Amino acid sequence: MPHLTKSFAIKARDYIRGGDVSIQIQGLLKTIGFDAALIRRASVCAYEAEMNVVMHGGDGTVTLTVDTDGIVIDVKDEGPGIENIELALQEGYSTASEEQRELGFGAGMGLPNIQKNADGLEIESEKGEGAHVKIVFKLRSNGG
Amino acid sequence: MTLSEIKELLKADLIVGEHKLEMVLQAGAGSDLMSDLLRGPKDGVVVLSGLNTLQVIRTAVIAGVAAVVLVRGKRPEPEMIAQARAHDLPLLSTPFTMFTACGRLFRQGLRGVEQKLSE
Repeated sequence: MPHLTKSFAIKARDYIRGGDVSIQIQGLLKTIGFDAALIRRASVCAYEAEMNVVMHGGDGTVTLTVDTDGIVIDVKDEGPGIENIELALQEGYSTASEEQRELGFGAGMGLPNIQKNADGLEIESEKGEGAHVKIVFKLRSNGG
Repeated sequence: MTLSEIKELLKADLIVGEHKLEMVLQAGAGSDLMSDLLRGPKDGVVVLSGLNTLQVIRTAVIAGVAAVVLVRGKRPEPEMIAQARAHDLPLLSTPFTMFTACGRLFRQGLRGVEQKLSE
């Protein structure tokens, strides 16, 4: 398994480019040759996290790390932060605007869906301090 | 059900995917909510959507959707067509509404994703 670390910039409120980073991450994971189910889980999580930054965060970065332990998708942004992480993890809880809902997002499914698909999820955030979301996928002995 | 049959049943224009007309679709889903499409595997699934934005294409690529049909005669922007082509994702446009389009496919035997999962 090759070791890889790559960072990508995300721009807040850029609905045209939003999601493009996750498509690139999906492409990299395919090139490395992970199994399809793991690639889907990792891509979905990256996309949910990226769109969270696009919609709610400030400008941010996604760092993809691949090593023998697995895949880590680390997302940091400089936005207003998550006021109540426990609430944000509840299905259906959303602070999305009408515009964001019209784009098909903001149903309060983002973080819960990441939690469902990932092997590990750590969220660090305080109001006004941005957010740091670390998503982990472990490689198992059967190859993931 | 093949993509070609879906195209006929929906009287749809095929915008991207001429070489995939014989592809077999296992199930269908209709949603304007991207969050719904991101829940659960979508391999072999044709997605019908009234949402005509780049995010439909990106969500479909991320979720592994096999083909996308825009309902109510919506025409995709050139950038959507370019993205669909880049990811080899068939893209169609049907004049029918979401309800009618889903019904026409279901009546001819295409089932929903929950059917696919229970089989």
